[in-house]
Amino acid sequence: MTSGVSDLLTRRAHARRRSMFLQMLVRAAVLRRGRAAAALSAMVVAAAVTTAMLNLYVDVQAKLHTEFRNYGANVVAVAKEGKLLPGDALQTIESVMGGRGIAVPFAYVVARTADGQPVVVSGTDLDRVRKLNRWWSVSAWPSGAQDALAGVRAAALVAPQGQAFDLSFQGRTIHLTPAGTVRTGSSEDSRIFLSLKQFVDWTGVQPSTVEIAASGTPDEVNATLKTLASALPDADVRPVRQIMEGEARVLGKTRATLLVCAVLIILTAAMCVVSTLMGWVFDRRRDFAIMKALGASERLIGGFFVTEAAALGAVGAVFGFAIGVGIAAWIGRVNFHAPVAPRFAVLPEVLVGGIAVALISAVLPMSLLRRVQPATILRGE
Amino acid sequence: MFLRLVYESFRRQKRRKLLAGVAITMGVGVATAMIAVATDIGDRVSRELRALGANLVVTPQEDTLDLQIAGVDLKPASDGAYLNEADLPRIRGMFWHNNIVGFAPVLPVAVTIGGAKNVTLLGTYFSNQLKVGKESFETGVRSIYPWWRVTGAWPQDNSQDVLLGERLASSLERRAGDQIEVAGQQHRVAGVLSTGGVEDDQIVAPLGVAQNILGRPGAVRRLYVSALTKPEDAFGRRDPKTLAGAEFDRWYCSPYVQSIAYQLQEVIPHSHAEQIRQVAQNEGTVLSRIKGLMLLITLAALIAAALAVSAAMATAIFERRGEVGLMKALGASGFSVAAVFFAEALLLAVLGGSLGFAGGAMLARVIGRSIFDSQISIDMVLFPIILAIAVLVTFAGSAMAIRRAMKFDPVLALRGEA
Repeated sequence: MTSGVSDLLTRRAHARRRSMFLQMLVRAAVLRRGRAAAALSAMVVAAAVTTAMLNLYVDVQAKLHTEFRNYGANVVAVAKEGKLLPGDALQTIESVMGGRGIAVPFAYVVARTADGQPVVVSGTDLDRVRKLNRWWSVSAWPSGAQDALAGVRAAALVAPQGQAFDLSFQGRTIHLTPAGTVRTGSSEDSRIFLSLKQFVDWTGVQPSTVEIAASGTPDEVNATLKTLASALPDADVRPVRQIMEGEARVLGKTRATLLVCAVLIILTAAMCVVSTLMGWVFDRRRDFAIMKALGASERLIGGFFVTEAAALGAVGAVFGFAIGVGIAAWIGRVNFHAPVAPRFAVLPEVLVGGIAVALISAVLPMSLLRRVQPATILRGE
Repeated sequence: MFLRLVYESFRRQKRRKLLAGVAITMGVGVATAMIAVATDIGDRVSRELRALGANLVVTPQEDTLDLQIAGVDLKPASDGAYLNEADLPRIRGMFWHNNIVGFAPVLPVAVTIGGAKNVTLLGTYFSNQLKVGKESFETGVRSIYPWWRVTGAWPQDNSQDVLLGERLASSLERRAGDQIEVAGQQHRVAGVLSTGGVEDDQIVAPLGVAQNILGRPGAVRRLYVSALTKPEDAFGRRDPKTLAGAEFDRWYCSPYVQSIAYQLQEVIPHSHAEQIRQVAQNEGTVLSRIKGLMLLITLAALIAAALAVSAAMATAIFERRGEVGLMKALGASGFSVAAVFFAEALLLAVLGGSLGFAGGAMLARVIGRSIFDSQISIDMVLFPIILAIAVLVTFAGSAMAIRRAMKFDPVLALRGEA
């Protein structure tokens, strides 16, 4: 019976202490709204900047890979000497890539113009070329059955006035209208492009080359490369090193720069939090002294300040995370014209970091205050 | 009295001043480093982008069509026109010669090896020493095509040695150090070349070797030029023929890929220079993306630094409400109290700002060296600007706190009920 009563009493005492503890926390936040708000906003800004930087750092690689795909193919499959690409090569390649990229077949012959000049003619999928090689400066893409796309230098030879022209290959002649011209500054300028179907009907020559723009990280591209090589035993599948290495180099440097910047910015933001929070805790040395004078144990006071700091850190980090994701998405839209997808994997890091920084900035002034007699503080010295 | 107040404040409150000073120093340091990196990143990345190879090609004006399929040149050797090798050093004399990273002439020749197989032999410079007046410089494929890799050794440009393309070498079963008969002559294979491009099926030789085989000394079919350019804009795309006077000068003196092409045509007679669109066009977008990103991040860094400095100043001043109360109780006007604090803030900002600028410049240098292998130097013009910003931010951070400290009732402050 007695034990039961005392048990109840201790429990009630505990309950009261707990509610008192909570009340103190809430009152501390409400009464000194200005200072608490300042500390919280410092925390929110720091967490937002950190989140934005981490999100960008993770995402910039994917964004720049996309930009680099504008350079065109990074993988080329060419029929081995004396062999042909199988008729279903394109389907095989597309099933390997699974929609992550684009593959364009090219077939080549040397044809003769009406006055016997040799010219390279290429059959290809013009819609895909348009997507793959965006740098091609094309006056008008062909649409009709007899239309051809002529390189600027080839056009000057075969159709200087833009008139229709004939090409012959192994005794078979085709009549073409130059729908537009293409200018690239390289070998395409001397070629004439036709749709693949038209080309095969005319020459009977099947594509010998497939240019592939595989998207993804270098590791993913290399994996695609290996799978393609084993899927197409009659072809030489090789990376376009010019593009792959340039891409890797620029990307590596950009990411390294971004990392350094992220570290610098996060440090600055953390410093902002530390100085604000330290000021906040110092400012309340009288609360500290009164609690101590009223007989609160150092553990209780320590617990109080630590809980307060942790709560501030957590709340600030969550708000900051939301804002930071917004900033990253905005930067993505403005700069890359594609939003940066929020990475929730970053949240625990920001949360832990926020709480840790808040704790450090609360514990540092605490250890200084602990050495001071409460009376000294209360006297206002 | 005023000076003494400020002096004593610094002498007696070393810890607080140090804290605020450190905040300013770090803030300014980070801001300086970020500004330096952001302003320089364009140049650095555009240099890195040169790893993608030449962005300009110079061809003879009256050339016939190229007949090249999968690395095999079908153009008859007698066909078409040539550039003159002797004209190449004149590139060093053009207006934007400092922007020319390198160039390499090429001369493809169809040859038979071992009396049977038809392949293309590409004559070029590997790393050739050219002399213009007194200065000499090196240029060739080694500098403009950094992805070309050689097992063995690169041939000397004045030697008879050749490089075999990777696939050609494996089909011929030749290795570095072997002999090979090209067009009836014996050549030593200095190394095996791997490029991932059409050169893997070709023989690459010093330009002189190709000219000898062709029997045309000094002949060059094409010239590839790698130049640092400015991303093109509407003005850059305009036709120089339609520009006049000052506009033309501005166009001519901007390193657009078009104006560099125009100048190449000027220095090399009977030539036509064109941008290689794959490289030149995409460079601009990648560059502008990275520059834009850095700009936005620098903005974020500046805001974070400004906030950190303001927060530190506000804290430092808010802690001294008691002092404000005392001064006011002794009859100081609001103006003179504020003057003391602002003088302190100014001192801190100038000291911290200068230190921070020096630190930031050093930081930028370290970043430049460790990431880009080149110096990022900071313009001294930035120093007064950054110092002014530091003072402004410090003042802004202090102003709020000072106003609040002044509103505080001196009686309360003196009773210690702060």
